[in-house]
Amino acid sequence: MAPIIVFGPLLASAFAGLLGNHVGHRTAQIVTTATVLLSFVLSVIVFFDVTYGGNAQTIHLATWMSVGAFDVSWAIKLDSLSAVMLVVVTSVSSLVHIYSWGYMEHDPHRARFFSYLSLFTFAMLSLVTADNFLQLFFGWEGVGLASYLLIGFWYKKKSANDAAIKAFVTNRVGDFGFALGIMALFLVFGSVTFDDVFAAIPEHTDAVLAFAGMEFNAIELIAFLLFIGAMGKSAQFFLHVWLPDAMEGPTPVSALIHAATMVTAGVFLVCRAFPIFENAEAASAFVTVIGATTALFAATVGMAQNDIKRVVAYSTCSQLGYMFFAAGLGLYGAAMFHLFTHAFFKALLFLGSGAVIHGVHDEQDMRKMGGLYKMMPMTWMMMLIGTVALTGVGFSFGVLGLLPWDLGFAGFFSKDAIIEGAFMAGREGVFFGIPAFWFGVVAALLTSFYSWRLIFMTFHGKFRGPKEVYEHAHDPKFAMAMPLVVLAIGAIFAGGIFKKDFIGENAGHFWHDAVPAASHGPAVAGDHGEAAAYGDDHAEADTHAADDAHSPADDDHGAEAAYASSDDHAEAREGDHGGGHHPPTWVLLSPFFATLFGFGLAIWFYLINEGMGARIAARGGPLHSFLYNKWYVDEIYHFVFVRGAKGLGDLFWKIGDVKLIDGLGPNGVAGTTLAAARRLAKGQSGFLYHYAFVMLIGVLGFSVWILVSQGGL
Amino acid sequence: MFGEFEAFLSILTFVPALGALVIAIFRFTARNEDQGLIDRNSRWVAWLATMVTFGMSILLLANFDTEATGFQFVHEVTWLEQIGLGYRMGVDGLSVLFVVLTAFLMPICIMASGAIKARVADYMIAFLLLETMVIGVFCALDLVVFYIFFEGGLIPMFIIIGVWGGQNRVYAAFKFFLYTLLGSVLMLVAMIAMFLQAGTTDVTVLLETEFARDAQMWMWLAFFASFAVKMPMWPVHTWLPDAHVQAPTAGSVILAGVLLKLGGYGFLRFSLPMFPEASDYFAPMVFVLSIIAIIYTSLVAFRQTDIKKLIAYSSVAHMGFVTMGLFAMNETGVQGALYQMISHGFISGALFLCVGVIYDRMHTREIAFYGGLVHRMPVFAAIFGLFAMANVGLPGTSGFVGEIMTMVGAFQVSWWIATGAAVGVILSAMYMLTVYRDVVFGEITNPKLENITDLNRMEWLIFVPLVIGTLVLGVFSTLITDVTATAVNHLISNYDAALAASAQ
Repeated sequence: MAPIIVFGPLLASAFAGLLGNHVGHRTAQIVTTATVLLSFVLSVIVFFDVTYGGNAQTIHLATWMSVGAFDVSWAIKLDSLSAVMLVVVTSVSSLVHIYSWGYMEHDPHRARFFSYLSLFTFAMLSLVTADNFLQLFFGWEGVGLASYLLIGFWYKKKSANDAAIKAFVTNRVGDFGFALGIMALFLVFGSVTFDDVFAAIPEHTDAVLAFAGMEFNAIELIAFLLFIGAMGKSAQFFLHVWLPDAMEGPTPVSALIHAATMVTAGVFLVCRAFPIFENAEAASAFVTVIGATTALFAATVGMAQNDIKRVVAYSTCSQLGYMFFAAGLGLYGAAMFHLFTHAFFKALLFLGSGAVIHGVHDEQDMRKMGGLYKMMPMTWMMMLIGTVALTGVGFSFGVLGLLPWDLGFAGFFSKDAIIEGAFMAGREGVFFGIPAFWFGVVAALLTSFYSWRLIFMTFHGKFRGPKEVYEHAHDPKFAMAMPLVVLAIGAIFAGGIFKKDFIGENAGHFWHDAVPAASHGPAVAGDHGEAAAYGDDHAEADTHAADDAHSPADDDHGAEAAYASSDDHAEAREGDHGGGHHPPTWVLLSPFFATLFGFGLAIWFYLINEGMGARIAARGGPLHSFLYNKWYVDEIYHFVFVRGAKGLGDLFWKIGDVKLIDGLGPNGVAGTTLAAARRLAKGQSGFLYHYAFVMLIGVLGFSVWILVSQGGL
Repeated sequence: MFGEFEAFLSILTFVPALGALVIAIFRFTARNEDQGLIDRNSRWVAWLATMVTFGMSILLLANFDTEATGFQFVHEVTWLEQIGLGYRMGVDGLSVLFVVLTAFLMPICIMASGAIKARVADYMIAFLLLETMVIGVFCALDLVVFYIFFEGGLIPMFIIIGVWGGQNRVYAAFKFFLYTLLGSVLMLVAMIAMFLQAGTTDVTVLLETEFARDAQMWMWLAFFASFAVKMPMWPVHTWLPDAHVQAPTAGSVILAGVLLKLGGYGFLRFSLPMFPEASDYFAPMVFVLSIIAIIYTSLVAFRQTDIKKLIAYSSVAHMGFVTMGLFAMNETGVQGALYQMISHGFISGALFLCVGVIYDRMHTREIAFYGGLVHRMPVFAAIFGLFAMANVGLPGTSGFVGEIMTMVGAFQVSWWIATGAAVGVILSAMYMLTVYRDVVFGEITNPKLENITDLNRMEWLIFVPLVIGTLVLGVFSTLITDVTATAVNHLISNYDAALAASAQ
């Protein structure tokens, strides 16, 4: 069954790609969509079997490489982690396939498009089911290829081609780190298979690798290098530049690849390799810092963009930042949970944006939209659901004891879990936990602002484009509407339903050993995890630690627990006194108020004072240009790397090869020899003559030299 | 089955030469008005001869014992017994795949020579002789025989470039000769010295001979001079871009696909096993040159305006992985280097064929001339795209296996070598995707391209085996590494033993 999930889409892709022109677009669409749907159905079966049934297994398919100890298989690893990813990938992929029936209706190259979509699905599935780092790398670069092909799908456009290359090359920079990480892994552990590596970690925690002239802890170095790969694929700060440009691709692609699946591969990698990151404190701290920075950075840039897709793209970048700082702080379950919910609401937002773009004649500039809710009520509803899910609308009734349960949309459960988890981790002394918490809260405010800005600029106020466009604006047809509705259901319920499995009391049974169900961070041992943090049965059991004091780790914990009732904000902020089991109430409420504040600001700027945002933008000001120009990162990179590579290339070519090597070498020698030969033979000789002549002289000379120098012979 | 049939390898080697002889007899006895007929038929004779050779090479591989160390299919004819000179042929795990690679590429080259209209019979003779020479190099087990094949191979290649080449062919051919000549002379001197010390030219005996450390040093350098030019390694690489640019398509395919491997093979057959101490001593230098080659030539490739030159520079970069892997001298490194050589034979050969396809139609290799080919040539675009990705080292193609294995091997020696090589992996994506965009994507802006046609049937036939080979080897690498494993392990254990002995 599992091989069908993975290889079905590959066969469908080959069918559509090779025979698409012969069998017709329709057949190609039917075959690819049906195959991916089949994969989805089987994935759901596998999901229940593996997570609730506990039947994790690895299927060995073939040998890829086998040279001495370097033994790499083609395999399908099914555990809770890959099962979650299987469902996310195949569900979003199926919906995007269906959506594309409508969205790509008039494109003459539909068969090719569906072929690429299925190819991507295959690569992503082989990535998440890898049982070793190299197969993961295969899928990793495979999704990179599919992304390259799909971003550049409209290959007539130069901007699309450039964006495709930028995406591929930037990812390659990340892969550079990833590949070196794999090499280091093999050097230290003698294997690249997950199980072997993770089992051997305890014996290698003190291993040392010399790198770049310095000595590093091997595990730290490996974790760091692997994370470089994750930064590229998941568009984290420094390597994020490709993601906004990737919006050149058709919108369904953005939803599938650049929101729900491929860009989360980096998060998946960190979670998959958690035994490495757990033993790499410094590298984890780096993950946290980069994640938190990206969460904030991308949100600031998102506020100043006018292209509807770019706003959503920066939002993706920012949400991926949340996932990373969660993973960096050791909250792997929460990171995966946010990945899971994010897939639904972000795909919804992208596909909804696609519906808007489709409805207003391929216009993407929000400055030329407005008031569309009347013409596209259904799309409006869907985008609203996506937005409230993204901004994390909800309230902790349950935790505060107001109601028996919390109420909220998907993003509320997962994002707040991360923000609160960061606070708790910070209180327990995990590096950058408290700053990450604040970054998260501020980013939540900005998220709310730019999300509502998008809604208001697009659907409310007056339409700012040509009149006839407005009159023809329309809701999408069934093929495009249906996926929106399904995703909206996911965006509403995915958080509440799965919370207890991903991060709640059922986490241990859900994850098995795929990721640690309960841990606050690399620095903290013990079992006071999410489960405890969110006030369920375990909480009580845990407080006994205060009296019992089983172990040194629990000892600290117990001592901290004594402060559990402390509501002193100042103390908590300084993190001096560590944590309890509940985050303080103000921590629980801060994302809520941040979101509310962002919402209010957006209303003020874009609803009550319509046009104020535009006026601010028009007046410019350094802050606005700084944000609008994305902190000038692209410009800096272009100057340093692109111009640098061109300059060096020219230098090596025109000076190095032509002037120095050829000038002193063959051309110089050739000139001299030719001149000499001309004098000798008066231009009658051919090259063969030269050859024989010079060779003879040479052989004679050297033979004499040998005989003389080795005269003893 | 062929174990008793001693001459099998020699027959395999000389079948192409026999084909050349047949063409030559008709060519020089026929009347002038029949030359057209001769030209047409010479294509068939050449194709037949190369196909027979290929079939025999498959038989060779099928009957090759992958478990055995030492040489197989040995054919020995005494010649000058007193001084240990003889005609000796044989293959082992290091060489057998190169024989198959050469025999595989040759029929493709013959098929890809449809654009050759002048002096076809002579052209075919040159190619067939070239094949005999190259296969001879890989099979020779005697210094003198090796040298004759090694140098003899230059002459047909020189003629192919000089006669059927582009406008600046004379300069290119001359440069090609000057470089290779320099190395060859030094190598010959070292061979004479080896003979003087060991008293024989038998490679099997020489492999057992221990040379003094000082002698190893300068003999290694002399061989290095020859092999480094052939690879080619930086800074003696500048002949390659010119030779490629001027050579006809099939000439480029053989040059990149097979002739460049002579250097790597030479290191494996002579430098590493015969001069282990010197190899160990000079390895850091080789690493430095390899890394320079990878980064430097990748950057130069990025700036080329001529497609063939770009691919030629890219070849130099990819050969950098080979030298790096070889001198890492561990199993992953050496296996990776062998893999990279075989894989590069497929990929670079295919890339030059891709250039040939559009060159045959438009007679220019200027990147700026093209653009938007995908609109008229979708099949070509797909195939060119596949090989561009293979050249970039995308996992799933054979290019990746060689690169990752050599880098894993090099990392075990030192982090900085692998890191330098990994930079090349980024750069290769840069130049390859850029040229692909400029040639294939975008709108057709050049009106001359409006009526360009997609692949014809012959071109399909040429590409299909290469596509299959590149993908299959990308997924099932043990097809190759199982053949080479015994020989590589034998090489490495002897090498380590020699170093250990000298350290005492």
